[in-house]
Amino acid sequence: MLADKDRIFTNIYGFHDWGLEGAKKRGCWSGTKGFIDNGRDWMINEIKASGLRGRGGAGFPTGLKWSFMPKVIGERPHYLVVNADESEPGTCKDREILRHEPHLLVEGSLLAGAAMGCHTAVIYVRGEFIREREHLQAAVEQAYEARLIGKNNVHGWDYDIIVHHGAGAYICGEETAMLESIEGKKGQPRMKPPFPANVGLYGAPTTVNNVESIAVAGTIMRRGATWFNSIGRPNNAGTKLFCISGHVNKPCVVEEELGIPFRELIEKHAGGVRGGFDNLLAVIPGGSSVRMVPADLIIDTPMDFDSLSKLRSGLGTAAVIVMDKSTDLIKAIARLAYFYKHESCGQCTPCREGTGWMWRVMTRMAEGRAEKREIDMLLDVTRQIEGHTICALGDAAAWPIQGLIAHFRHVIEERIDQYAANPDPDGAVAKIAAE
Amino acid sequence: MSVRRLHTEQPDQAFAFNAENLAWARQTIAKYPAGKQASAVIPLLWRAQEQNGNWVSKPAIEYIATMLDMAYIRVLEVATFYTMFQLQPVGKLAHIQVCGTTPCMLRGAEALKEVCQNRIHHEPHHLSGDGRFSWEEVECLGACVNAPMVQIFKDTYEDLTPATLEKLIDDLAVGRKVKAGPQIGRHFAAPEGGPTTLIDQMLYEGNRTFTRVEPPPPPPADEAAKK
Repeated sequence: MLADKDRIFTNIYGFHDWGLEGAKKRGCWSGTKGFIDNGRDWMINEIKASGLRGRGGAGFPTGLKWSFMPKVIGERPHYLVVNADESEPGTCKDREILRHEPHLLVEGSLLAGAAMGCHTAVIYVRGEFIREREHLQAAVEQAYEARLIGKNNVHGWDYDIIVHHGAGAYICGEETAMLESIEGKKGQPRMKPPFPANVGLYGAPTTVNNVESIAVAGTIMRRGATWFNSIGRPNNAGTKLFCISGHVNKPCVVEEELGIPFRELIEKHAGGVRGGFDNLLAVIPGGSSVRMVPADLIIDTPMDFDSLSKLRSGLGTAAVIVMDKSTDLIKAIARLAYFYKHESCGQCTPCREGTGWMWRVMTRMAEGRAEKREIDMLLDVTRQIEGHTICALGDAAAWPIQGLIAHFRHVIEERIDQYAANPDPDGAVAKIAAE
Repeated sequence: MSVRRLHTEQPDQAFAFNAENLAWARQTIAKYPAGKQASAVIPLLWRAQEQNGNWVSKPAIEYIATMLDMAYIRVLEVATFYTMFQLQPVGKLAHIQVCGTTPCMLRGAEALKEVCQNRIHHEPHHLSGDGRFSWEEVECLGACVNAPMVQIFKDTYEDLTPATLEKLIDDLAVGRKVKAGPQIGRHFAAPEGGPTTLIDQMLYEGNRTFTRVEPPPPPPADEAAKK
């Protein structure tokens, strides 16, 4: 288990002062000027050497992403956009950073900005996080007041932070949709290329990073890339905030070492599975967009990017949704299908039409009102959506259903048999048809 | 996609920010680069919603379009795309947003919806008989370890049961003070009964400093050559 002294977010539960004084006591804002004085290359190399992989879901190496920004600031300014539009079902880690550790985020965004030649950062907080945004805004104002950021600040790198917010659109967590949204438009993703590092916010070079990726930057530089890289497993370095929800005895957010086995994570921090590990049915290990994993496959799996992708799932945002044997898995996935249908931006036809179609079929299947051949048809439709849309929402809508069919086809078939033996002409489907 | 249209009944009067909100709006617009004032559209619509009894009317959309020098259709597009903009009147005391997505559903969100249906209105987005309450089911609100939960205007109420939600509605109805956050005596996102981590009080003694762990020195030149 990770030692307390190696945890980065020491106020994640909000027991202590989240303001500037409290943050400084816990070590935030110490040595910051020295890192900036070491120069852009030093900071980027430090993050590269730490092995930090993006904490927003895709797990792309953060240092490498930073290195894609143009070396020289041209006619247009560089922007850092911090993605605090945390909306992936199961995920609630950035919320805790925003409200209880906002200074780690402010400091990290200054360091990231200086490393990429940005003088402006926009932090895009999801609209629903109103109290969280108030804390972040207050922390930014404290930092201006103390001249930690702003013009002619003590760090010698002019830096402005704009706290921006959305208004309830999951898709704005997709980086180019976020840029559109900041520009005052509907959040519909852009075609890539051009990539944001070349043509991003207001057409200027932009990097979009997750809150957690940015908030760990200060501590990595303070304690050294070698320290961070020594935690976790090869290619899966460092600490990670896990959000454990669903059928556990004590759901919580906890910072742990990447690669901690599933059983240990749940036993130590979440009070075990409701009814014991024998009662575990399946787990969605990385937020709703990854495929579920049945109990026997996940129980001793290290919770990291590579181990979970070997199971055809993923670490995603490390939002671990635990489902015990009382769960109606078909209904649980049908509800996610509704989520994607609701959140599709409507730009690409396969996603706009497909998410609604999948939801309607999944709802029928949850009742059993389907034919067995439709399972393969559904699988075929998920593959027609996957990879045929501008952004990854189409993929994200397809994967949970693929995971269900891959591991629990027999459950769907049993449900169909049960229904065929005892049909109900006034069930839920009649309600959908009426909509 | 969700299909959202403006309410059939719109106020006759034009909308305008009050003095305080107008000053705030000017400051907000000034945060963005010159010529990029459209960036302020979401914050301004949000403030308009707050001033307008927590819903966005057509006159408010027109007012903001003029203020930001945007075409009306562009602001309408934003107001209908983003689902936090309420396009019809909501309860004066509370508009209860019940998170219904899977993590909350697994822990009993459906029973919370039933409470709202029984206490407020069978259908979402409809006012209760006295006009004081309304409700809707929303998608993941990002408090999954405190499921199931609801949001009422700026605050969230977490770790709910049907009984605690009933009590919350009762308390709001009689104007009793309510406490936001977890409703089971738990501290934010820490596990119930107290945290399993961050116990070491050394972390909080003040002015914590760190020593950098430096990488091991590179092997001497002759060894590197051998490799």
